[in-house]
Amino acid sequence: MAGFSMRPCGDFRTTYRQDTRIFDTTVVRNAAVLGVIAVALIPFVLDGYYVNLFIQISYFAIAALGLNILVGFTGQISLGHAAFFGFGAFASAWINNTTGIPVLLSIPLAGLMTAAVGLLFGLPAARIKGLYLAIATLAAQFILEDFFARAEWFTGGSYGAAANPINVFGYEIYDDFSFFYVCLFFLVVMYLLGTNLMRTRDGRAFVAVRDHYLSAEIMGINLTKYRLMSFAVSSFYAGVGGAMYGHYLGFVSAEGFTILLSIQFLGMIIIGGLGSVKGTLMGTVFMVLLPEVMESGVSALSVFDWASSTDVTDGLAYIKEMAIGLAIILFLIFEPDGLAHRWQQIRAYWKLYPFSY
Amino acid sequence: MTSQGPILQISDVSLVFGGVRALSDVSFSVQPGELFSIIGPNGAGKTSMLNCVSGRYTPTSGTVSFKGQDVTGLKPNDRAELGIGRTFQNLALFGHMNVLDNIMVGRHHLLKNNVFNGPLYWFGGAQKEELEHRRFCEDVIDFLEISHIRKATAGTLSYGLRKRVELARAVALRPDLILLDEPMAGMNLEEKEDMARFIIDLNEEWGMTVVMIEHDMGVVMDISNRVMVLDFGRKIAEGLPDEVMANKHVKKAYLGEEDDDTDDDEQVA
Repeated sequence: MAGFSMRPCGDFRTTYRQDTRIFDTTVVRNAAVLGVIAVALIPFVLDGYYVNLFIQISYFAIAALGLNILVGFTGQISLGHAAFFGFGAFASAWINNTTGIPVLLSIPLAGLMTAAVGLLFGLPAARIKGLYLAIATLAAQFILEDFFARAEWFTGGSYGAAANPINVFGYEIYDDFSFFYVCLFFLVVMYLLGTNLMRTRDGRAFVAVRDHYLSAEIMGINLTKYRLMSFAVSSFYAGVGGAMYGHYLGFVSAEGFTILLSIQFLGMIIIGGLGSVKGTLMGTVFMVLLPEVMESGVSALSVFDWASSTDVTDGLAYIKEMAIGLAIILFLIFEPDGLAHRWQQIRAYWKLYPFSY
Repeated sequence: MTSQGPILQISDVSLVFGGVRALSDVSFSVQPGELFSIIGPNGAGKTSMLNCVSGRYTPTSGTVSFKGQDVTGLKPNDRAELGIGRTFQNLALFGHMNVLDNIMVGRHHLLKNNVFNGPLYWFGGAQKEELEHRRFCEDVIDFLEISHIRKATAGTLSYGLRKRVELARAVALRPDLILLDEPMAGMNLEEKEDMARFIIDLNEEWGMTVVMIEHDMGVVMDISNRVMVLDFGRKIAEGLPDEVMANKHVKKAYLGEEDDDTDDDEQVA
């Protein structure tokens, strides 16, 4: 939160309830509600390509929020987030396939299972910090990847596991159109839960542990408990995101959950803004859309004759990859505090125009 | 519930780091409602003493009892729950949180909402509870006169204000015993006067027992009920402020002046 208030003149608060609202003003809240409604209209207006993109954004955004709670809010680090994401995908498929619990319930249950696994792999965090913890979580990544490949009873081994489609009141959700609304529901709910967590006791404790763990302990915060809890909450989000991913694809295989994806999750939260709930969403949108935008940029070039030969199109594919890397580097140099901070700057600019203070 | 006996009892506490004896067999007790000061030259072990009380260090030998209960082996967060609050010599605020949240962290052990009902905010009673505690925090904010910076990020404040916010955070714990490590270091006269007033009010109106480390002798002598002097990890004097000031060991520790009285630690100064 910025040091100064972005409230308009005359907006006085007379109760603490008013002062603790998620959205600063009613205008902002209404804009957010309208935003959700506008997003809900996407499947009616835009074609399947965009619906698919939104679905990708929503399950990645949920998992990324978990990582941000761990890295951004609690100040720990994890290089194994993709493994937890994958564990959630397998766990939900496994719960649903073996017990017949409906998918809509097995998704949060998979989240809880992943939270337990995250707790286990978070145990080193009770003792170590920083780069050492990063390496310890790297171990989690590789151990779980190996587990996915070997535990055939759970993951189907190298064949992978089938994940049933979501079934709501006897109505099976096969197509993107309906799954879109499941995603929107989970996205909104998980982000509201995350926001609420950060404005209550345990969320404050996370930030306290990050900012000054010695004085946090003096203030009555049990460091070990909160460091582990942060891993559990983070893994819960990863598990839910992963479970949605699994049921969306209908099939889960171990290949997708490599360290590359873990690093992409880190990229999302760093670009979006460490320690910002809405920044996480922005960062995920950025990371999912950037390759698509680059792709369409490249394909737009193919109208030219010189770009139609295979040599050039191959080259452009590489240039696309490099451009993504370049965009991220430039971003980190010019906006190290993330998109959430930039958004704050833009708001301040409009609010204070024409004065810059 | 604690009517009889000292609120804090330190018995023969020693603290050794490798070859360094930070504290040697220090004993003292603090009565409920007292304003007790610990003074001494730099490196005398004052902060180490406070760390032994708040739990950051565990004494090598000796015991610390709080309200008649042996707390020597307890972790700092458990001691906070029993009612020991403290501020730090070097600022230790949560720099990226705003002032209000910093103070709300002080309510941590009194709040009951957790990672399960906190996220449900509107439904599990978390909101109601948060707002009740917010009310108490606002009382603390009013008392310490920091209402104008309530929403400011703690890391951006000036030194004097940060010290005050740190005090507010410790007060929000509603401790029975509050430990203040140099609450007036680096302040100007006006800020010192304010701080002295806050400390006296905490002691007299809020009923907190205060143990304070301070270098400003004027303040210490004016507001303390009793004073203890440490030098090289040993207690060299304890008593009423005037008695302590007149003590020749104290004079020697501070001024190193030549005394006709013989003592074996002449090289001390």
